[in-house]
Order: sequence, then structure tokens, then C-alpha cells
Amino acid sequence: MIFLQVAAKDLRSELRTKESLNASLSFAVVILLLFSFAFDPSGEAVAEFSGGLLWLVFAFAGALILNRSFARELPNDCLEVLIASPVSGAQLFLGKSVASFVLLLAIELICLPIFGIFYNITWTPKFWPLLGIFLLGTWGMTILGTLFSALTVNLSLRELMLPMLLYPMMIPALMSAMRLTTILLSGNDIGGDDLVWLRLLIGFDVVFTTLALALVETILVR
Amino acid sequence: MSVPVLAVEHVYKYFGDYPALRDVSFSLHGGECLALLGRNGAGKTTMLKILAGLSGAAQGEVKLFGDSPRQASARRRIGLLGHGIGVYDELTAIENLTIFAQLYGVSKTVAREWLERTQLAHVADSPVREFSRGMRQRLAVARAFLHNPSLLILDEPFTALDDRAIALLQGLLSDAKAAGRTIIMSTHQLREAMELATHVALIERGKLVHFGPRTPEMLMDPGYVYRTFGAV
Repeated sequence: MIFLQVAAKDLRSELRTKESLNASLSFAVVILLLFSFAFDPSGEAVAEFSGGLLWLVFAFAGALILNRSFARELPNDCLEVLIASPVSGAQLFLGKSVASFVLLLAIELICLPIFGIFYNITWTPKFWPLLGIFLLGTWGMTILGTLFSALTVNLSLRELMLPMLLYPMMIPALMSAMRLTTILLSGNDIGGDDLVWLRLLIGFDVVFTTLALALVETILVR
Repeated sequence: MSVPVLAVEHVYKYFGDYPALRDVSFSLHGGECLALLGRNGAGKTTMLKILAGLSGAAQGEVKLFGDSPRQASARRRIGLLGHGIGVYDELTAIENLTIFAQLYGVSKTVAREWLERTQLAHVADSPVREFSRGMRQRLAVARAFLHNPSLLILDEPFTALDDRAIALLQGLLSDAKAAGRTIIMSTHQLREAMELATHVALIERGKLVHFGPRTPEMLMDPGYVYRTFGAV
């Protein structure tokens, strides 16, 4: 379980510096606040776009967390030392993904009640199914984002390149997560035809986790 | 003759069209220490990165302990000291060494022992960002030697070291050589390198122009290698 040690190291580093955590959380809260001025939070239509709004905020805030995933290893050439260690590229990648996943999920869980207050949305009755969607959507975003973080780590424009690569690839998972979140925040249950979105989200996670674990060694050793 | 610890055969490496390494071949056995010399940009660091498994060769073959450098069994036996110190500024000295001990499957008590050996035990719980340059370098040395590696790959190890760190590193390298470990180091510090080296190699523009045992002439006059084997 070496990947858990890599994840613990990343989380400890981040909790000491709070570089991406502070930036991501404040960015997410500001976006939620600004959108609450743009739309009428008391309107009935809010529930219709609630899933889309939430996941756009998560995707923007997530890019700030994911950008740091491999960039954290650049000072003092720590990435070279990690790659030269006996830890496989897949374990290293999985550890970094788990750390980013925990950080991003924490941001999402802080944002959810803030979103509820700003937009007058009752989310508590559907918390557990919502958490399930958050877990699946966040894992998809994290696994793909960490892969692109490894790919762009040596680029000078990596802060720009990561979102440019990530968002188009994330469309199937984002669409699914947005749709399912909207259903739940509207007070309905997921069932019937909507299950196809759940299957798509699970399929996305499985396919990209497998691909990323298979490709990451080639990306790290050039 | 026993199986070489390190065998490089007809290795080429290109960056775009530029040939960083051209047909490089050499081998080293246990207890041998190679001083890899060459001017800036000659290809020394590229060669060391290929040996450490950080980069792949375009052509040719590299074997460490009879395996590919990307095999975990080979990497477990490598100690790497590159240009950067390879430790995390925001973590404490003991946290840094403990992480690397875990990655190499070494007991955590070894991390404490290495802090003692590098005279950093008194700052074990201080974050590395508060360390002086010399202390950071000693921690990097501890990190590289922590798992008792059979092959040490050192990229300009004496550059920017303070006198205490140079003495520590020279002592550790002498002990490692005496214990049958293999050392390969690129360096511009010719005098320190020649004292340790059993073999000397010179790379020029990606080509290995000399590889052979260190001779008494090289020890007395470190510039001898460049003058005798290098281009004018």
C-alpha cells in the first residue's frame, strides 16, 4: 500500500502550506457568491441549473488543486527522486490521485452548505445519494486531472494547459454528474432512464482509471 | 569475470535532432568508482538520468544488476544524488527521511540513525525550509544513502557543498567503495573525484572519448585527462 504513503505525504505537505487548498476554496466560494448575484436565488429555476452550477465551480476549483499535484514535486527535483525510487509509476500516480481526491472532496463538502444558503436549496434530505455522485464525479475529475498534471508538469504554461486538456475530456463525466446532481437537488430520486447517466459516470471512472494506470509510466519516464 | 553491476552498450539519446549521447558503451563492477568528466552540455547528466531510469535511451541497452533500470529490483539498489537535493522543504528532516525509508522498505529507525550520522539529529523535527544550505545538503546525502544502495549515481555531488558536507560525503563514498559498492559520479571537481575514482571516463559532445582505469598521472595532475584525451 505504498500509494497511501505517497498520498499521506502529499496531504501533509498541502496541509502545511495550504497553497492550493486556500486558493481553491476561496475561488469556489467567490464564484458561488458572484453567481448568486447574477441569478435570482429564490426563483424556481434555480433547482434546474443547480447541478450545472455546482459542478462548474468544482471543475474550476479542482484545476487549482490538480495543477499542484505533480508541480509540488518540482522544487528540489523531488520528482526525479520519486521516479528513481522502487515505487512504480502506477503507485505514485494512485497516491497523488488519492491526495487530490481527498482535497477536492473536502472543498466540495464545504461548498455544498454554502451553495444551499446562497441559492435557498434544501440538500440535506438527499445528502447520501449526493455524496455518492460527488465521489464518482470527483474521482473521474481527479484521475484525469492527475494524469494531465503529470503530462504538463514540465511545461512553463502548465496552469493554462491543464484546464485546456482536462475540460474537453471531462465532458461525459461532467454531464453525468451535473444531470444526476440536478435530479437530486430537485428533490427527486435517480431511477428509470436517468440510470444511464449513472452508468456513464461509473464507466468513465473505470475506463480512465485503467487507462491512466497503464499510461503513467510512459508519461513519467521520457 | 563476474556480471557487471552496470553495463551500457551502444547507447544513443536524442533531444529532437540533437544527439545528446552517441554510441556510449562502458561497464563497471562492484567496488569500482567512475569519475565521469566532460564540459557543460557534454551529456554527463543525460547519461546519469538514463542509468537512474529517469529517461530512456533511444537506442542501445542499459543493464543494472542484469536488469533494466526501470525494474523495481534494480531501482531498490540505486542511491541517487542529483542536481536538486530531493527533499521537501515543508516537511521536517525526520518526516523526509521516513517517507523515503517507507518507499525503499527500510525500517524507520534507520532514518533516525542517518540523522545522527549526518549530525542533523538536533534538528530532526524542524522543517527543512529553516535549514542552512549545508544542512540541506547533508540531509540529501542521508536520503541518498538511507537504504544502503549497491550503486550510487551522483551528479556533481561536490558542487556547492560546504566543507563539512564535502568531508561527510568523501567519508561515506570511501566507505561505500571499500564495502564493494559501485559509484558513478559526474563532476567538475577533479581533485576530489580523482582521489576516489578507480576509473575515469571523458564525454565530449555526447561521445565517450575515453574510458579506462585512473592512472597515477591523473591523480597528480587532474587536468591531464582533458589535455590528453579531449579535443583541443
